[in-house]
Amino acid sequence: MQYLLMIYEPEKVWTEMTEDSRNKMFGEYMEFTKSVKASGHFKAGDALQPTATATTVRVRDGKTQVTDGPFAETREQLGGYYLIEAANLDEATKIAARIPSARFGSIEVRPIMVFNP
Amino acid sequence: MIANAIANVFRGERARVLATTIRVCNGDFELAEEAVQDAFAAALQRWPDEGLPEEPRAWLVQVARFKAIDVIRRRIKLRSIVETEPEREAPEVQPVQDDRLRLIFTCCHPALAREAQVALTLRTLGGLTTEEIARAFLTSPVTMAQRLVRAKTKIRDAGIPYEVPEPSELPARLDAVMEVVYLIFNEGYAATAGDAWVRRDLCGEAIRLGRLLVELVDLYAQTPAPELRGLLALMLLHDARRDARTDEAGDVVLLEDQDRSRWNRAQIDEALALVPLALRGGRGPYPVEAAIAALHASAATPADTDWPQIAALFHELYRRKPTPVVALNRAVAIAMWQGPADGLALLDELGTALEHFHLWHAARADLLRRLGRTAEAAAAYREALARAGSEPERRFLARRLSELASGTR
Repeated sequence: MQYLLMIYEPEKVWTEMTEDSRNKMFGEYMEFTKSVKASGHFKAGDALQPTATATTVRVRDGKTQVTDGPFAETREQLGGYYLIEAANLDEATKIAARIPSARFGSIEVRPIMVFNP
Repeated sequence: MIANAIANVFRGERARVLATTIRVCNGDFELAEEAVQDAFAAALQRWPDEGLPEEPRAWLVQVARFKAIDVIRRRIKLRSIVETEPEREAPEVQPVQDDRLRLIFTCCHPALAREAQVALTLRTLGGLTTEEIARAFLTSPVTMAQRLVRAKTKIRDAGIPYEVPEPSELPARLDAVMEVVYLIFNEGYAATAGDAWVRRDLCGEAIRLGRLLVELVDLYAQTPAPELRGLLALMLLHDARRDARTDEAGDVVLLEDQDRSRWNRAQIDEALALVPLALRGGRGPYPVEAAIAALHASAATPADTDWPQIAALFHELYRRKPTPVVALNRAVAIAMWQGPADGLALLDELGTALEHFHLWHAARADLLRRLGRTAEAAAAYREALARAGSEPERRFLARRLSELASGTR
């Protein structure tokens, strides 16, 4: 099964971090990514620019509305994701727990929907 | 005669047949339930003529497997992809592996909400219908059915594995299972609202699950599970006092006023044998709670109660489970041992944490009454009464209050 691991974290954690801690976190992320690639679980993964760069698009009555900002203001923001292949939810949650941000943020684990032909 | 035998097989084997069929169906609960239902229907048709098969459970599992394959084929047919006739084979009888442990751990998986864990455990491992579970938890059958469907859908679509957790995770996952079982027990034992018959059933189901867990986990882990024995002993001891706990009007009878000849001796003896095994190696709260209940159950009269020992056990329990309610019980035990003044001092320290809890006010009231501080006792009873939840509890507190006013207590 494929699972999307969505990394939610307070953005200010990254901006308020010292240079040293930030470099350490980047290092941990690189280690993690390397290990899930080596184990064959990794399908895709990216970090996102902060929500200050977000734009939200809606089409209502045929008219496109473009607004500044994220879809919703929340305490933790979507900061990145991994798409992984795992045997089951237990394996997926074990991998999610190894994402460095899990220690201060939250990882939402969602199975990818499979459409039968 | 045969109808009776069939009914017994169904009641006794349903959980095991279902547990194995779920595995055969790759963890699809809905499909397995449908298949098991079909298998039971087939048995009802055939057994009265053919007699009971040698291994009824294996027969049922085998037929359920074919029914499941039929259902899958029907589903595929509906999507009009293949058109093959299902083959008709005679059920081949094989020994059936016990899958109930997988079923318990899957039902109590941490990715499911607690209320879903409880409902699913009762529905699949217990013998309760959706209607009975709904009645026990004071909700509508429709809501309960939806809760069950949502849980089963999540198991399937989120890929919750149908497995016994690996040894390194077993203790933590077992804690969650024990919480579910104890919650089922307490729902039947503590609450006084709702259908009395169904609530009694809940206690029975929880004890049955406790026994089953002891048996299965011992076998699986190849070592006796002390926590589980503690939980089972605790439930047996509480349940043994069930009949003496209320009077004919349904009013609360306190432990010290209970007719001890109405306690279920056989059940107490069974529990007393479990407690030493539980305390040996059990690091969680259940063995200690069972030991406390065992001391109460062993006292021939209230005056024989070993309060110093009980106070010491509450001390140990607080170390394992540092909650204000445990501290409250410890204070009451110390009051019984060293006198109401000592107990009251300890209770008053807990005021900030427990002032919204009616039993804290009731305990204070009782100690104030014994100290002869009648006006303060009456005020505390009134505070308790204002916060009490259930009708029998309210009647009990009101009675105490009027006894205090008339000087009969």
